Amino acid sequence: MNLEGILAQLAAMLVALMAAPLLMGWVNQWRALLQNRRPPPLLQQFRALHKLFWKESVMAHEATPMYRVAPYAVFSLMLLAAMIIPTLSTNLPLAPAADAIALVGLFALARVFISLAAMDIGTAFGTLGARREMLIGFLAEPAFLMVLFTASLISNSTSLATIVENLGQRQLTIQPSLAFAGVAFTMVSLAENARIPVDNPATHLELTMIHEALLLEYSGRHLALMEWAAALKLFAYSCAGLALFFPWGVARENDHIALLFALPVLAAKLAAGGIALAVIETILAKMRIFRVPEFLATAFLLGVLGLLVHLLLGA
Amino acid sequence: MNPLGTQLVNLFASLLLLIAFAMLSQRRIVTLINLFALQGLVLTGSTVTVAYVTGQGHLYYSGAITFVLKVLVLPYILHRLIRRLNVKWDIETLINIPTMMLVGIVLVVFAFNLALPISEFSRSIARGTLGIALACVLMSFLMMITRSKAVPQVIGFLAMENGLFFAATSATYGMPMVVELGIALDVLVGMVILGVFLFQIREQFDSLDIHHLEKLKDE
Repeated sequence: MNLEGILAQLAAMLVALMAAPLLMGWVNQWRALLQNRRPPPLLQQFRALHKLFWKESVMAHEATPMYRVAPYAVFSLMLLAAMIIPTLSTNLPLAPAADAIALVGLFALARVFISLAAMDIGTAFGTLGARREMLIGFLAEPAFLMVLFTASLISNSTSLATIVENLGQRQLTIQPSLAFAGVAFTMVSLAENARIPVDNPATHLELTMIHEALLLEYSGRHLALMEWAAALKLFAYSCAGLALFFPWGVARENDHIALLFALPVLAAKLAAGGIALAVIETILAKMRIFRVPEFLATAFLLGVLGLLVHLLLGA
Repeated sequence: MNPLGTQLVNLFASLLLLIAFAMLSQRRIVTLINLFALQGLVLTGSTVTVAYVTGQGHLYYSGAITFVLKVLVLPYILHRLIRRLNVKWDIETLINIPTMMLVGIVLVVFAFNLALPISEFSRSIARGTLGIALACVLMSFLMMITRSKAVPQVIGFLAMENGLFFAATSATYGMPMVVELGIALDVLVGMVILGVFLFQIREQFDSLDIHHLEKLKDE
């Protein structure tokens, strides 16, 4: 561990904290544009966070300490996840702390916290949302793992930094296995981030909501932390996808010029990814919750196919 | 050997596998037929690629036959058939898609293991794809077993022939021309006969559900 690594890690953290709400705002803007609505300003998410942080936090009388701890836990877990994914540089001192499999574990732990907190108050909506969240998580995790296994098999390592380095160095070949894994990853991240075919992020107080149902009782700074954590999750998933499937432009150790260019490259990639997400959310309709297992089974299938195709064809 | 050619053949093989899964899990008959046409197109692409890379002239002809027969003629006949039978927007209700997919994955693993020792003997550029071809055949079998309507079963039969054809191209650079022409005609004639059968089935039972065929009638 050296000074440069620590600096790179700090930069990655700051970028994650700032870029996450920006990415959310960017996606919302494009979605509004594509749906012929007037777009909200790009910094709307920051304004909302600012407003929420200064508001009073109301607690239910029956709330246990669990409920109070959950926002902080979820926020720090998401931040840690965003920090171990190589966004700017692969020289991250925190990267050995968690490999690709532990990353899935981090997301799962955050899910457990958020679901327990939602059930803690005992409202019907919270319990309902927690159950749905668990159902989706339990179906999405294997698919996500399969995607990561495919990338790990190709690069012979489960460490995210090594995977990115290996994939970025390879010469450009047609890789059907990575294509399968990419589609599977897109489906998983749509489901995990409560985006449109699975959950509608723009909805409040509807019987079909999942993510919003979990946060229904939160207010003030707790809600702000939860919203920020959700933005961080979207950022982490986007960066993981970019790192696995478009690994070019991420700086390697002792590569200072690349480090200089890493931020604009990341911004361009995220901007393109955000537009793609907005397009997906505009052209698709939300599916019935009973169709979600089919959707995620398809993602799992694609992940496994990627793995098998790689094993058989070596490509 | 040409690395780009091999990569392209591998890509087409993976696409075939993907389409086989899509057919397995597709509920709508119209989409099923379109997927079948797409499968034919991918098959044409892979055949032409193998022909180009290996310089086997006769594979161009079989590619052309595949294109005309499986992308144009058979889907056209099928589309006309479902329009005449009035089942164009039919959906199959009683299939459990996640289970089907898991069974499909097991079949793929089985086929890959089965093909691994066989492809060791092959010298062709696309020998790795033999397992995929076998998996496509097995999945078409699965589709024929699990569907209860007659038209999807016919499509499953046709898709199985596609898998066999792909196996032939990938393992041995295609069959002799006479055999290929014979099979192509067989499929065409079989399709026509099956079409007649479908009309007969509907005439008798007022539905295309082949479970009606399991009961014996004494009239």
